Formats: sequence, structure tokens, C-alpha cells
Amino acid sequence: MNTTTRLLLVALLATSVVACAKKTKPEMMDDGMAGRDTPVETTPVPDDGMYGPDDLDSDSCLRQRVVYFDYDQADVRGEAGAILACHAKYLKDRPSAMMTLGGHADERGSREYNLGLGERRGNAVSSALMAQGGSGSQINVVSYGEEQGTCSDTSEDCWAKNRRVEISYTAR
Amino acid sequence: MHKFIATLLLGLLGCAQALAQGQGLDIEIVGGTPSALPIAIVPFANESNALPPDTDMAAVISADLNRTGQFRSLPRQDIIESPSTGGDIRFDTWRMLKQDFLVVGRLVDGEAGTYRIEFELHDVARRQRLLGLALSARSGDLRSASHQIADLVYEKITGVPGAFWTRIAYITDNRVAGDNRRYNLMIADSDGFNPQSLRASPHPFMSPAWSPDGRRIAYVNFERGNSSIYVQEIATGAQQVVASFRGINGAPAFSPDGSKLAMALSMSGNLEIYVMDLASRRTTQITNQSSIDTEPQWSPDGQSIYFTSDRGGKPQIYQVSASGGSPSRLTFNGEYNSRVSVSYDGKRFAVAQGARNVYRIGVLDRTRGGAGEMDLISPGRVDESPSFAPNASMILYAAREGGRGVLYSVSTDGRVRQRLVLASGDAREPAWSPRRLR
Repeated sequence: MNTTTRLLLVALLATSVVACAKKTKPEMMDDGMAGRDTPVETTPVPDDGMYGPDDLDSDSCLRQRVVYFDYDQADVRGEAGAILACHAKYLKDRPSAMMTLGGHADERGSREYNLGLGERRGNAVSSALMAQGGSGSQINVVSYGEEQGTCSDTSEDCWAKNRRVEISYTAR
Repeated sequence: MHKFIATLLLGLLGCAQALAQGQGLDIEIVGGTPSALPIAIVPFANESNALPPDTDMAAVISADLNRTGQFRSLPRQDIIESPSTGGDIRFDTWRMLKQDFLVVGRLVDGEAGTYRIEFELHDVARRQRLLGLALSARSGDLRSASHQIADLVYEKITGVPGAFWTRIAYITDNRVAGDNRRYNLMIADSDGFNPQSLRASPHPFMSPAWSPDGRRIAYVNFERGNSSIYVQEIATGAQQVVASFRGINGAPAFSPDGSKLAMALSMSGNLEIYVMDLASRRTTQITNQSSIDTEPQWSPDGQSIYFTSDRGGKPQIYQVSASGGSPSRLTFNGEYNSRVSVSYDGKRFAVAQGARNVYRIGVLDRTRGGAGEMDLISPGRVDESPSFAPNASMILYAAREGGRGVLYSVSTDGRVRQRLVLASGDAREPAWSPRRLR
């Protein structure tokens, strides 16, 4: 993906994120959610077009670390394309980088089945990253099922937040 | 036929571990049934020289029997006479109160500072004693003794051994200091009293499962980064990791002979059912399908394994030979059926059944043969984790109320439910123990 496309995608994403942020209550966000609350800045891309380790903290796309899913589904939604593209590029640019994909499910249904569902979601994200240049040796999938929800209300809002894969880098 | 008083010395062993005494769980009957058998449990007289007992034994026995939905005990304020032995009973009084059965009892001095508890069960209409027994207990064990008496009364009247003197295992989740969590693997009496923690962890526990002798519990914990399966000795606390393969290590279930553990592993890249021989730790793969296969449960004869699979699209329960082979589908009623619990006779199956956003406990009854019929016995909306009592009279399950997890016991016909409410935090994943060995 060239720089122009990336900037465009980031700009598009920024628009949707701002629209989205109006609807959700402000709350403590972890690193991966930071991009949703703060205006997204486009960072200058280094001349060689390669990501460096500092970009994990500064790049608005790489700072997004959560991919969401539909109920009982493990298909990566189109909206996650931009996030996955930049993380795949990071893995490709930094062969020593390693990440864990934490797969999660909402509270509905049985816990052990949801453990399977979380892994299926993690695997789907892993496949998408590998299809775009990441190596399987850089990716570790761990499923937490419904055991580590970000919220615990019995509501669609809450369920939607919990159906997710969290990207966390274990080596930059 | 009946001996005057058959002495039955039940070895009430004090727990090796100090019990965390606490009134952890409250009781609330949320349903009722007019066809339940009326029984009066007269408060037991204290004729011992020891301190007054700390337990209202008649109240414990009444609550046990009421919880099954098969009995309706006479409210305390309607008990207008207080016989403590058969000779004191005026049957006309109890006949007037429309009671079918009457239990009387008393505490006298036993050996070495114990209580000797004598009790009798009478048939009011026939004016006949059905049971006359005595047991001994230390002062801290009077709740246990009450559950054992309830078991004997239940068995004498219904013909099925009671399941009150049993335990439950469950998981609790408490928020501590900010966003940190404290998870506990708990056990308690079958009515929720005497809760004690077997193990605490900052990482979630899942899927507690009893060994058939009731001495060990298998469970999942995430403290090694990924899900791993542990087996822990209850009396000593000694624990071992038995499965920590790449991927998911989940859903342990002891075989009926205790020698094997069925489990769900994804080390092949896909979640499948395996059976591990506990002595050799060798695993045998049972299923092989590109679906989620999990939550194995053994048939009582150990020949089959029931499990959850979404091979047909949505999760349903399937049955496969315990040595592998081609599975057949068990549940057809409902779009989502999971987490099966199998009754002792292998003919009733409790599941978490989902329809759109409502998850309820269903019981598939195949006692009359054929594919069986499914009854929904809980109201929802996110009910899960059913677990049969060892006599299949009741089912424990987990529900959510006001954003936190609570446990319910429900009679297998769904007519009486009782909530076991924790003082704080979430409770989930109840597992009913097997019978205790006397």
C-alpha cells in the first residue's frame, strides 16, 4: 500500500472514529482504544516507508489495537482492513517484532464454547495479518473466551465491545 | 420390622481445612407447587447438657426438602405441638393440619462431647413410624448432620437417595483495588453454606469438575498465559498441571472410573475432544472436524462422550463413542444447545439453550425413549452452566442479575427455584459434587 492510500485510509478512519466517539460515553481507554477518543493525527511516514519501533506509540493506525466482531461470528469486518494492513506492514517491516492476539467473546452462550469462539477470532486476525505479509512465527493467539470482558452489562452495547481481538506486542 | 432405634453412626469428619464460616448465600424460593407432599419438621428438642446447638436442624431439613419442589414443609408458626419422640405424637393434631409426614427429633449427650441426634419419620395417616435412627455429630457438624437426615427422609419417602449431603464447586470473581480482579475456586455445602476457597488467583478460573470420588477437582486457569488444565486434591490443596499444550486447554471432565480426563484441546490448530489417561498422561484424539468441539461429558457407563459442536452451523450436543468414531447428534430442539450435564441414569440432559438473545436451561428427557422432549426450566436471560444433582432431583445453574453472576438451584421439573446469593462479587459455573462416601 502506498503512502497516499494509507493517509486516505487513516483520514477516513478518523472521520468514522470521531462520529463514533460522540455516541459512546467517555471512559478509561487502554492503549488500543486510545485512537477512538483522541483526534487522529496523520504522522509523517519516514522516507524509506518502513515502520520503526517508535511508530507503535506515535502512528495513529498502529495505535489502534482492537478489532471487533459480529455476534457468534469470526469473520473480520471490512472496517478492520486499515488496522490490519498497518499491523501486517509493521510485522513485515520488523521481522523481530512479535505480537499476541487475545481473542474474546461476549457473555452469551457457554463459556467453553466462547473460548473456542475467541480462538477462532484470533485465528481469523492472524490469517489476515499473514495474508498481508506478517509471519506466523511472529503471531501467538490466546483465547480468553468471555472471561475478560471490558464491561459486564447485559446489553448489546456491552456485548459489541467484548466481541474483540486485542493486539498486543510482546517484542517491538 | 423397625428396630426401636437403629443406631447409625455416621462418621462426621471435621473438615481438615478450617471452614471459612459465613452466611455466604441467601435463600429465596421464587416458585412453588401445590402438588408437593406436606411434611412437618418439628424443631428438635435439646436434651443434652452441652451448650444450645448453633444450628436449627429442623430449619435446615425443611429448606432441603422444600428446595426439591417435591415437599412443602409446614411453616414454623403453624407447628403448634412439639413432640420430640414418637411416644409424644398426637396424630390427630397433624392430621388436622393436613400433613402426610412428620419428623421429630432430639439432641442428647453423645460420647466424648458430641451430640447424639435421634430422629423419627412418621406416616401421619397410618400412624406408623417409617424411620427411627440416631447419629452423632460434633457441634460444628450439625448442618452436615441435618443434610444427612434430610437425605434419609427423602429416600424413605421417594425411594431415591437424597443429594443434600453433597457439595458444590463454583467460581467467584471479585473486583479488588481498581480494575484488578480476584478469582476464587470455591466449594460449599449443597445449600451454599460453609463456603471455602480452594484456590485464589488474579487470573480467571473456568470449568470446575469433580472426580467421581469427590476428592479432586479439575479446572482451568490462565495464570500460565494461556488456558491450562489443573487437577487439585481438595483435602491437601496439592495441584498439578495436566494439560498446557499450545492453544486452548479447556473443559475437563473425569471419566466415571476416575482414571481418565476428557478435555478440549486446540493443539492441532482446531478445538477437538481428547481423552487423557491420567496415569500415563497420554492423550487420544476423539473428534476430528473443522468445528468448535468442546465441553465433553461422559455417559454414566463411560462408553460415550457427549459434547458441544458447531459442525452443523450452530452449537448442538453430539454423542460419540469414548474410543472415537462418528458422532451422532443428540439435540434438535432449539438453535443453540451447549454445555450438557448428564443425569446419573444417562437419560436426562440439561443444556444451556439459546434463542436469539435469551439463554435458558433446558432439560432433554429421554426416560421414555426416543429422541426425547425438551423442557425449558429457567427464565433467562443469560442462564448457563447447568449441573445435575447426583440423584437428578435438582439442577444448579448460573444466571446474571443486575450485572453480576448468581447461582440458582432448580427442581428438575422447573417448579421450584432457589437463589444462592453471594455476599459480594460474581458467582458462576456451579458444579454439583458426586455423592459423599459415609
